[in-house]
Amino acid sequence: MIAIIKYNAGNIRSVQNALDRLGVSSVITDDPETIKAAEKVIFPGVGEAGSAMSYLRERELDRVIRELKQPVLGICLGLQLMCASSEEGSTSCLGIFPNKVVRFQGDAIIPHMGWNALEVKGGSLLNGIRSTDDVYFVHSYYAETGAFTTGIGNYITPFSAVLERDNFYATQFHPEKSAGIGERILQNFLAL
Amino acid sequence: MLKKRIIPCLDIKDGRTVKGINFVDIRDAGDPIELATRYVQEGADELVFLDITATVEKRETLAELVENVARAIDIPFTVGGGIQAIADVRRIIAAGADKISLNSAAIKRPELIREIAGEFGSQCVVVAMDVKCIDGRWKVFVKGGREETEWDAIEWAKKAVSLGAGELLLTSMNNDGTKKGFALDITQAICKAVNVPVIASGGAGSKEDFEKLFQETDATGGLAASIFHYNELPIPELKSYLKTKNIPIR
Repeated sequence: MIAIIKYNAGNIRSVQNALDRLGVSSVITDDPETIKAAEKVIFPGVGEAGSAMSYLRERELDRVIRELKQPVLGICLGLQLMCASSEEGSTSCLGIFPNKVVRFQGDAIIPHMGWNALEVKGGSLLNGIRSTDDVYFVHSYYAETGAFTTGIGNYITPFSAVLERDNFYATQFHPEKSAGIGERILQNFLAL
Repeated sequence: MLKKRIIPCLDIKDGRTVKGINFVDIRDAGDPIELATRYVQEGADELVFLDITATVEKRETLAELVENVARAIDIPFTVGGGIQAIADVRRIIAAGADKISLNSAAIKRPELIREIAGEFGSQCVVVAMDVKCIDGRWKVFVKGGREETEWDAIEWAKKAVSLGAGELLLTSMNNDGTKKGFALDITQAICKAVNVPVIASGGAGSKEDFEKLFQETDATGGLAASIFHYNELPIPELKSYLKTKNIPIR
């Protein structure tokens, strides 16, 4: 069973729909015991970092997530919350990845919204993915690149599109909305 | 590089896909799920569903349709038509839509944009604007293009973005249904006026029309309905053509 962490962030349902299409059963939950017992955990989210962190702390889900030993996949805001801190709402985050999350600067269109390519640097999630493959992004903040960056996105500046450290994996893009390429990435996670 | 988006639009009436020509004379174009699935397979980058029934008693039907769409497809989609209040938005987002689009309701009460952006984020709020050129001035129309407002198109675009719109869907009523190309001038004027993605709609008749749109304006996407529904311009053919013109396309 895959646990999808429920918190005050939108569009969690689409992750469950993607797993359903792959024939994998999942449960959307904020119950710490269910999350701890799951075979794998997905930490999705579209929303605001500051209020999301407050919500997680109130329920002690911050500690639960940090201490998970099974494969965990953060998606979009999930990736950002797994970093050290976020400029959005000036909040400290879970600190699983040491990267900082900052806002895109400049005159370009913000958010970075649409299909963009990944530069594959290695890791397990992007197994079989080529650097010309496009995935779907929607975000105004990004995690800086660092030692755990296994996929680089490029919009205004290079940023962490994929992070991997021990049992923790994260994508800034939405694999559940990235058609066939996204499905392959989800399958890579499910195969871990 | 960020790719330009090709976006088929499905106008929905009573649960079926239809396409109006100049906002009247509606033809039936089929089952929305079937059509949506076909578009995804063909390489559509995103889909837009506009409910043109938009009566209170049909809203539940829309939520059901959105749920079915969300189960069936694996690309982002926007749902609009008849959204009046934040409760409508909650229902549609809960059913699985990635974004909602506001039109008349935002003109009637612009604060609605701010409320929805506050609860769901700007990335979730598309403001759809139907514009028409009258005596050289582009004005905003509402109620499916039947009613003229006081708003100048550029002023409204700026206002909508300042309130939290994350994307603008611009339809030129002069061009809609003509298949003579997008309204490039107003599209570019709006692109210059705001710093959010602008999707152009209305008038697409050929692959050259999309080429012009992406070469002569900063629009990030092009939306069309009938040319895709009736397979006059298959999406794979359009996308390979644009690639040969060095336009960034997925």
